[in-house]
Parts: sequence; C-alpha cells; structure tokens
Amino acid sequence: MKAKIHVTLKQGILDPQGKAIEHALDSLGFKNAANVRVGKYMELDVSEKDKAKAEAQVKQMCEKLLANTIIEEYRYELT
Amino acid sequence: MNIGVIVFPGSNCDHDCEHVFRDVLGQNVTMVWHKETSLAGLDGVVLPGGFSYGDYLRTGAIARFSPVMPAIKEFAQSGGLVMGICNGFQILLEAGLLPGAMLRNRSLHFVCKDVHVRVENAATPFTGACQPGQVLNIPIAHAGGNYYTDPVTLAGLQANAQVVFRYCTSEGKITAEANPNGSLDNIAGIRNAEGNVLGMMPHPERSAEELLGNADGRLILMSMLELLKKRPLKMVGA
Repeated sequence: MKAKIHVTLKQGILDPQGKAIEHALDSLGFKNAANVRVGKYMELDVSEKDKAKAEAQVKQMCEKLLANTIIEEYRYELT
Repeated sequence: MNIGVIVFPGSNCDHDCEHVFRDVLGQNVTMVWHKETSLAGLDGVVLPGGFSYGDYLRTGAIARFSPVMPAIKEFAQSGGLVMGICNGFQILLEAGLLPGAMLRNRSLHFVCKDVHVRVENAATPFTGACQPGQVLNIPIAHAGGNYYTDPVTLAGLQANAQVVFRYCTSEGKITAEANPNGSLDNIAGIRNAEGNVLGMMPHPERSAEELLGNADGRLILMSMLELLKKRPLKMVGA
C-alpha cells in the first residue's frame, strides 16, 4: 500500500518559514493570503495488504521518527 | 580522565572537542564511532556539534537511533556525565534524554557569532567552576536553536533550576534583543532533572583558549572534569 504522509508544525507554534512566505506573497500583491504553514510531505510503500495493519505501522513510523510530536502533528492516507 | 567524543556521520566539531580536552585540558580522549555499542572505560561523554545525517528530516532525528544511543542512555541513567553541544543538544532532545524540541531560528538565518549567556545554575556538574549569574561569552553557530517546550514542562524546568544558561546582554540582562534565535525564555542550555545530562547550543570548545581570544567556555569543560575527579563514575562492563 502507498502511504502519503503530511507533517506540519502544530497550530500555535511559530512557523518562521510560513511567515517569510506570507510576507513574500503579500509583497507580490496576494493581499488575501494569510496563515501560511510549511510542512513536509512524504510518501512510502508499505508491503502489507491489510489496511489496518499498514495503518498501524505508518502510525508507529510517524510517532517514532517521521514527526516530533512535541512540535509537529501528522496525518496520512493509505491507498 | 577518559572523555568519549561521539562521532556521528556529519559531526564536525568532534575534533575541536578532542583538541580541547586532550591538548588544552590534558585528558585522554576516545573518539567513539556511532556504530559502537559500548562506552566501557569512559568517565564522561560529549555529543559534539555538526550536522549528523545532514540534518535530514529534523536535526538529530536520525542520529538518535544510532547504535551507540542505547549505551549513552544507559550511561546517563547510571549517573554518567553527558554533554550535548549544539547538534549534540538537538540529538539529546530527540532521544528524550532532555525535554523539549528545537524549532528553526526565528530569523530563518544560520546564526554564527559570539553571544553572552548567563549562568542560571552554578551548582551543576557543568557549571561548578562558574559564579552564579556569571556572564560568559561563547559562540553559537546554528540554524535550529529556537528551543521550545510546552508551558507545563517549561514551568517544571524553571522550578527545578534546570535552565542552566540563558542568552543575555554583556551586562547579564535577559532581553529579547539578546536572544539570537527566538528560544523560549532565552534558553541557551538545560539539564535533566537528575543534573548529569546537559544540552547547550553555544560551543564551549570554540572558546577554550586564550590563543583564540576567548577562554570562557573552558570553565564549563573544567567544571565537568573537576566534578569527575571528586566523584568518579567510570562506565564499567560491556
């Protein structure tokens, strides 16, 4: 199965990259763009046919390595 | 004393630490490759600065799973002195040996300059040679030194005197302007609850010789050695 994983900084945690991009968008005239948040996107193949088992593994990967849950949150989809 | 300097792929301050402990402070130094699984014979351990695993994913995130890390955890849990400098601090955070996490610097810049830090706790194994409130001039060089933790953990750090160094002005005032990276509460270094694990973003090994114009950092490294002389904690066994 293919896992598509998004890791972003938690709401309320300052995202300096997002702020810099927001300022750049503003200076380009996109005055209605706000609250830019930058994250990471990862995809990977899990050699597991059972969706529940694959999901449990991906969750573990996120908790152990892919996200630092002190500052980040994650979501994923399996297809 | 026999000081172990852990070498991860991408460490680049490992030889600075080796030089200072061996040539300036006259100690035995053992370079410990990250694939080692034993710290036998070592009196203290330093995780040096650098860019372990290219800072991929997050600083320290991959290094914390190096084969040497279980031995470092065991060494720390048995009371051994562990000092993480810069990337070493980031690794200790990711490994859970110290609380909190690092965010990108508020400015997004890699900041490399001399800063002032105030000794908030002079009764740790790493600051015994300092005076309480003493202002030290030590360089930083990092892009991710913006310390963050949740409010409950921060309150705990403050209440237990676990905040060891804070960024300050040359007069020792804690101000927003003196904070080079946006770090919470101007935190530059913290210790664990037991006191034997220290993480700090400034580089004491880069300011340990008069020849290089600044020897303030030597106080920190000497504190560690003086404590080890009084209270040896050599790692034994496998």
